[in-house]
Amino acid sequence: MPARYTFGGDEHLFVECSDEMSLEAFFKSLSMSTGVRESRINGVTEICPANASFQIKFNPDIIKPEDILKEVMAIEGAAEKAEPVIRTRIVEIPVFYNDPWTHETLMRFRERHQQPAGTDLDYAAKVNGYGAVDDFISAHAGSPWFVSMVGFVAGLPFMYQMVERQRQIEVPKYLRPRTDTPRLTVGHGGCFGCIYSVRGAGGYQMFGITPMPIFDPAQTTSYLRDFMVFFRPGDIVKFKPIDRDGYGKAVEEVDKGTFSPPIREVSFDLREFQKDIDGYNAKLEGMLYGH
Amino acid sequence: MAIKVLHHGLATTVQDLGRPGYFHLGIPLGGAMDRYAMRAANLLVGNDEGAAGLEAVFMGPKLEFEDDALVAVTGADMPVNIDGVAQPGWTALRIRAGQVLSFDFLKSGARICIAVSGGIDVPVALGSRSTYAIGALGGYKGRPIAAGDELPVGKGTVANEGKSVDKALRRKPGTPAELRVLPGLYWDRLTDEAKQNFFADTWKVAPEADRMGYRFRGGRKLDFVDRKQPFGAGSDPSNIVDSCYPYGSIQVPGGTEPIVLHRDAVSGGGYFMVGTVISADMDLIGQLQPHTPARFIEVNMEQALAARQDRAGLLNRLRQAVR
Repeated sequence: MPARYTFGGDEHLFVECSDEMSLEAFFKSLSMSTGVRESRINGVTEICPANASFQIKFNPDIIKPEDILKEVMAIEGAAEKAEPVIRTRIVEIPVFYNDPWTHETLMRFRERHQQPAGTDLDYAAKVNGYGAVDDFISAHAGSPWFVSMVGFVAGLPFMYQMVERQRQIEVPKYLRPRTDTPRLTVGHGGCFGCIYSVRGAGGYQMFGITPMPIFDPAQTTSYLRDFMVFFRPGDIVKFKPIDRDGYGKAVEEVDKGTFSPPIREVSFDLREFQKDIDGYNAKLEGMLYGH
Repeated sequence: MAIKVLHHGLATTVQDLGRPGYFHLGIPLGGAMDRYAMRAANLLVGNDEGAAGLEAVFMGPKLEFEDDALVAVTGADMPVNIDGVAQPGWTALRIRAGQVLSFDFLKSGARICIAVSGGIDVPVALGSRSTYAIGALGGYKGRPIAAGDELPVGKGTVANEGKSVDKALRRKPGTPAELRVLPGLYWDRLTDEAKQNFFADTWKVAPEADRMGYRFRGGRKLDFVDRKQPFGAGSDPSNIVDSCYPYGSIQVPGGTEPIVLHRDAVSGGGYFMVGTVISADMDLIGQLQPHTPARFIEVNMEQALAARQDRAGLLNRLRQAVR
């Protein structure tokens, strides 16, 4: 399907690869935005990839809107012929599901929720057809996720689970957004997972919390010394359930500067993945853990 | 040299012309809401236009100067005092060691820019001194200033004393404020009637108006063209698969209250957008108070670019006048 092009005022070109979410649309938007970056068009000041679309900020004093449109349309042709293969990294993120901090927060905002009688996990398990919360957590942590966009606020990853559409977890957002969400909450809204990089307002369902900081403006966290934002679009994330002791231990390691998340460089081939999703994911996991 | 904060005002932050290059990671441009006013204030005190100053909204701070300096206050109409004596706005004012800069009640507009010769010399974070408070990044310790803070100031000159900006070179929103908009993005989600109503109605600035975005209310609810919502978009007709948000883009959650994203914009989300306020009119939004009537005026790209040229011309005249 051809992309849709539209201008966001006189400084932005907005390119929608598809109006619905899919891994194919994400790959096209990633591949096109990479193509735009590599072609170093004079006057382009910023390129922001999103889930199934991307945005280019340009200076119209340097390049005319109609000229940037032509250049980017030409890149679409090339991107469609490119092999859907990327070099990226896979990272393990520990998650303390059903933790006391998100639980305290979700209880405070119960009147804004579709199902005030239960927890966010109860609700998500039910609407996705899981009999028990533990089964839902197994599905959430069972298959890896693509970071399909970084943004909203500083360093927040949107994630799309790498499974067939019928297995995608889908949960409506809160009826009215909360005014508070604990920092590092693992959440979900629509078909996207996220990790709240900072404390603040939010409308995604809350499933748990990770001990691993992903945004650190002071850059004191050991693995954020080079750059304050952890995630990049295209990263692959595998969640690992941990319990309260595991959480406490990880927090201690983060504070001491000894925590280091398992990360491996991998190559991802969309066509091979689509042939055998579970088999391909198992191979990715094997590479992450070196077996 | 430092400035001692005696009172912070309401929400006063260190700002410059912003931090381009990190929106793809969710870190917005930031910088003065009224960039023209910040440039003018800096030019008046002999700084680079991109030096850091203070932006104060609705209420001015109270500042004690440790050393002699030049200061200039631009933007909103808010009476300026040095040691309680009234001073003109848009003028390079000499302030002496130990004197106190303070303000009376706001008369019109919303935000003042305060420049000091030498600039506010907080550390540069990702290429800018602008405060991004949500991310605790930049500015003075990543937050608005507070009583007791000592703001470091760089080395400046006092050569420009007495210079001022002519009234013809100051820009203010009209009544109603007119914000020019290029329709686009998800504009075609609206019915033809809703498209007409959006531009025909007079809106009012809502109390929820800050550096992240300005909300408007009072216009008719916008109706959507029927469709089956795409996978991943969410169930409300105003939902889309989460995308990037341009600066100035106008989202209308539920079709009821337009929100124009500004300098501290969230970089993306799941609400459709009807179009974008053109670059030439972004500064004006920074000077709107809650309850101000406002209209959205439809323009095409050619008109948007002509308006941008007009703005560039005004800035050049300002530079020549102050030099």
